[in-house]
Amino acid sequence: MAYRADSKLPSSPRPVVITGAGIVTSMGCGMAANADGFRAGRTAFREVDLFDVSGQRTKTAGQADLPDKPALDALSAKEWERMDRGTRLALTAAQEALGESGTSGGMPVMVGTSAGAMPVGEEFYRHALNGGRRGQFERVERYQPQRQLTTMLRALGVGGPLRIISNACASGANAIGHAFQMVREGKAERVLAGGYDGLAQLVFAGFDSLQALSPGGVPRPFDANRDGLAIGEGAGFVVVESVESALARNAPIRASVLGYGAATDIHHLTQPNPEGDAALITMTQATEMAGLEPGQIDYINSHGTGTPLNDVAEAAAIRRWAGNDTPSIRVSSTKSAIGHLLGGAGAVESVICLMTLDGQWLPGSLNIREVDPAVEFDLVREPREAEVKHVLTNSFGFGGANATLVFGKEAGE
Amino acid sequence: MSRITVSGLGAVSSAGWGVPALLDAIANNRPPEISELERTTGEGVVVRTSVARVPALDDRSRLPRDQRLRRASAVGKFGAAAAFEALGSERFEASRTGDLRLGVVCTMMNGCVNYSNRFYGEVLRDPGTASPILFPETVYNAPSSHLSAVTRSSAPNDTLVGDGAEFFTGLELAAEWLERGDCDACLVVAPEETDWLSAEAMGYYSHRMLPSEGAAALLLEKGGSGPCLLAVPDPVNYAEEADRLAGFARVWQDLDVSDNGHTLWSDGRTGVARFDRAESSVEWNGPRLSVRRLLGEALGAAAGLQTVAALGVLEREGFERAVVTAVGGNEGLGGAVFGR
Repeated sequence: MAYRADSKLPSSPRPVVITGAGIVTSMGCGMAANADGFRAGRTAFREVDLFDVSGQRTKTAGQADLPDKPALDALSAKEWERMDRGTRLALTAAQEALGESGTSGGMPVMVGTSAGAMPVGEEFYRHALNGGRRGQFERVERYQPQRQLTTMLRALGVGGPLRIISNACASGANAIGHAFQMVREGKAERVLAGGYDGLAQLVFAGFDSLQALSPGGVPRPFDANRDGLAIGEGAGFVVVESVESALARNAPIRASVLGYGAATDIHHLTQPNPEGDAALITMTQATEMAGLEPGQIDYINSHGTGTPLNDVAEAAAIRRWAGNDTPSIRVSSTKSAIGHLLGGAGAVESVICLMTLDGQWLPGSLNIREVDPAVEFDLVREPREAEVKHVLTNSFGFGGANATLVFGKEAGE
Repeated sequence: MSRITVSGLGAVSSAGWGVPALLDAIANNRPPEISELERTTGEGVVVRTSVARVPALDDRSRLPRDQRLRRASAVGKFGAAAAFEALGSERFEASRTGDLRLGVVCTMMNGCVNYSNRFYGEVLRDPGTASPILFPETVYNAPSSHLSAVTRSSAPNDTLVGDGAEFFTGLELAAEWLERGDCDACLVVAPEETDWLSAEAMGYYSHRMLPSEGAAALLLEKGGSGPCLLAVPDPVNYAEEADRLAGFARVWQDLDVSDNGHTLWSDGRTGVARFDRAESSVEWNGPRLSVRRLLGEALGAAAGLQTVAALGVLEREGFERAVVTAVGGNEGLGGAVFGR
């Protein structure tokens, strides 16, 4: 990570692999539970009971069951109790990824989040309104995501530079992208990377105020009559590693990371460019870096929020990117099953992509009644078996943050 | 061997708008004007907090004209003004016409606290009437996204969140992008704003700290003629080294600077002994600045302002090197070295 003016310029790119993955969503805790759920075409939405939603237009979300405190010697019951909801989800997913990879210790850490520990900040605010001072110092500290994540790393036995990326809904994908580039260029052998967000009242109410939430609570990405997204919560983490390092320690290799693209959509703070200009840039960058043509991508896990503007812009970008190959490109949105995990979305959807490579199946874009005419690709409406060698995932966020990642089944591709 | 140089500086601080105001306050050891934020709690108690605010904008030409900034909160405007100053009119136009691929790295600790405060207040009163105009401006990356929009740049734009030492990670990321060719030039911007919520929160750490606000901006390029970015060592995270003295010793060793009289040290000391212990533990006889001690604690913007001050003084006084350090509150420690 460090920069020195007298250091050598980056050497030729190295192959990069994933040696561990972990996930928590409203579908369940862990890789197996989530793979089973997506493969079965289940949805996981319920009424939110973490804060008052009686005054909101929408009352449901992909609320996860909070996992129990993990058995970690370096994590006291008090520390776990003081951890905000999002960080607990992150810790659980990161522990699974590190466990599968069989690693810990010194490595850089890249984490994406949009809300951080927002519920703790909300609590501080509510107490401050009435002038209460008791417990406020603790709340100020715990509101800061870097404090929470530093505690998480200490508990996991991971020490290294921490980079928290907050690019709204692209954050998790950016975190994995940063890790990929770092390993690819020889700046690190291994990086723990992922993203998370827990449900927070301010964020839930914010999306509701924008009328971006589906009133019925059921997101229908790419449906002609889609009416909004559903918020979800969860975390996804991976261990990104050089192939040499992975082979040297006999680590399990899940997949290769082949490409990453990042760009900024300057059209509007909350609306994408209707033609998907920035998405086209990132998809092109990522596939070119991977050395692949669009026709070689077997599956796209789309950003696919279910809002009227997002889905049509993404469909336009896919059409422009894939050209004549568009009809054969298989696309779905897993937000239809678990909702939009905001800063965690890109990382969680990357982990779902790893599941498709591992199990050779595709998750469905659920809840569709009539496909939007903008859709010219092969929309996967229910889970199906498929040969999957190369997958791509898109993440777009408020402020125009756009990111694309490409993964491959073969190690060291 | 790469050569990343600083080709522009920008600042908005409690000393005023622009780098000259910052350097003038430092040269004359002039403290900022102190004002009081006042609010009444639900119990009817009046709470007053002293702060060092950015003075009112006296010259509209300091801000780029763009409708994106109309609704932006103070943090967005501070960031835009500092970035605009660092870019200069020529590069600003080059970015807008597509002749310069301008990357943006924004680092912050507190973020958009004004609108978050207002919006959440509305949610608690009646979520059905909470303003959809406010919410998008509460997101951490709103200020940086405005910068890309104003400069018409689709190059990468990342917002990094961390403690008071995060700015150095921003410098390192910008250098990475420039080396890889992801952009032709990169703005590293550190903006913060204050309000009663954040100012009172700081009081829980120490009543001797003066809450402040502002923004700092550096424009980095490859191969320019300005001061050179010589080193940004890995920050030391408190997860691996909880002891600040030991952590700072590691950072200091990695910075590899000598107290030869030609090196300027811009430290992160605040004037509160327990927070300053690590940086005070190093014996230093050469020139030294403590911007936070003079102008207040501007959180994520502070290390940026320290850097702008160091580079301004480096140029003005003809020092060979400038080293900048910060001991973060709850994530880690970091620093950077610049040279002519």
